Amino acid sequence: MKLLEMNHVKKSFDGVEVLKDINLSVKEGEVVSIIGPSGSGKSTLLRCATLLETLDDGDLYYLGEAAAKSDGNHAVYAPNADLKKIERQFGLVFQNFNLFPHYSVIKNIMDAPISVQKRDKNEVRKEAEVLLEKMGLSDRANYYPCQLSGGQQQRVSIARALAMKPKILFFDEPTSALDPELTGEILKVITDLAKEKMTMVIVTHEMNFAKDVSDRMIFMDKGVIVEETTPEELFASTNQRTREFLGKYHMQNN
Amino acid sequence: MSLQVMMQQLSGGMVTTVMIFVLTLVFSLPLGLLISFGRMSKNIVLRTLTKVYISIMRGTPLMLQLLVVYFGPYYIFGINISSAYRAYAVIIAFSINYAAYFAEIYRGGIESMPKGQYEAAKVLGYTKAQTFFKIILPQVIKRILPSVTNEVITLVKDTSLAFSIAYAEMFTIAKAIAASQKSMIPFVAAAIFYYVFNFIVAALMEHWEKKLSYYN
Repeated sequence: MKLLEMNHVKKSFDGVEVLKDINLSVKEGEVVSIIGPSGSGKSTLLRCATLLETLDDGDLYYLGEAAAKSDGNHAVYAPNADLKKIERQFGLVFQNFNLFPHYSVIKNIMDAPISVQKRDKNEVRKEAEVLLEKMGLSDRANYYPCQLSGGQQQRVSIARALAMKPKILFFDEPTSALDPELTGEILKVITDLAKEKMTMVIVTHEMNFAKDVSDRMIFMDKGVIVEETTPEELFASTNQRTREFLGKYHMQNN
Repeated sequence: MSLQVMMQQLSGGMVTTVMIFVLTLVFSLPLGLLISFGRMSKNIVLRTLTKVYISIMRGTPLMLQLLVVYFGPYYIFGINISSAYRAYAVIIAFSINYAAYFAEIYRGGIESMPKGQYEAAKVLGYTKAQTFFKIILPQVIKRILPSVTNEVITLVKDTSLAFSIAYAEMFTIAKAIAASQKSMIPFVAAAIFYYVFNFIVAALMEHWEKKLSYYN
């Protein structure tokens, strides 16, 4: 079953084409990494998938339900009520966390399930506590985001996303705002999620991590998908642009 | 006139002054928020209207606005105004004037909020109203509190402008007693009153700011 399907996606900003005819589909349980140079359109693709940006043209489906469909020239979006339902299918982890600073850690996690999904408060609290334990933050439940390290904040934001029980979780450069040590703790959390068969799409610059955790890797450049294959094949690619981009990575490892 | 009678009359005026102050805040704080929405609206007509409104309210003297609100109904429309209208005129003029200032303060606070807060709320499925009232507004209040304190302190002193339409608040009474008794005492009493009032206001606002300093 295809959890996410994007067909012929196009997106421009002020006349500059950022996404040129992108196709992306993700199956249940799959971990897909998107790599590529800055400005290649990776983040824009994620933002289109999570409805933070609107497609100029193309289709966007979650579990076969259309969030947007192309009428030939433009993407036509489903009514808001349908989009609200579709929004429940995915979660997004931001590069700079975007936690709510005025809420405690536990409230950051609990508030959306309670006030958006209208779920039972006690049940949500129990789940939030389990999530915090999983993130190694049980003793930080009543702290405020400003009292936590970047790595801890990012773990809270992953817990906040998971509390909504998304079918698919997107990560937009989740470690780019963190130092190498803190990066490690986030990558470990994501690796653990992969073992639990969480469906994930990860935009990242962490090549080693992407290679280890992904079922499939996508290399994007200048708004197009240059290559899409298994990590092993991508790192052995004969494509010149891919080799160029991965060159630095190869140099570091040899 | 004994000092005691003088103080009795002045304290009646103090109650009226406090009432003007409280009612002006009750009306102008929410009205200011509405006006700031208009000012930030995508609708160009609404945006221009509120911009002109704010410009006039900030660009002309409050005393003049008070006179227009008080005398306008009779001079412009020939409506006979009742004696009760004097109090209404004070509250109306003060509220619409302060709402304009508060609107700009709200706007500054709202526009200073990082986009990421809206995006996080959207991805989590919050409605627009939930996003504003649960996520954005509490953080905006923290950000704008120092500017609001400034305005509120100015308001305490501006209540004395009600004297221009002879509304019997503290200052009007003090001036009347001073003239009839040829005494400086009412002015001294008035000065102390305004100072203490503002001292309390500043202390309360500082307390509130401290309460909100648990995050940054």
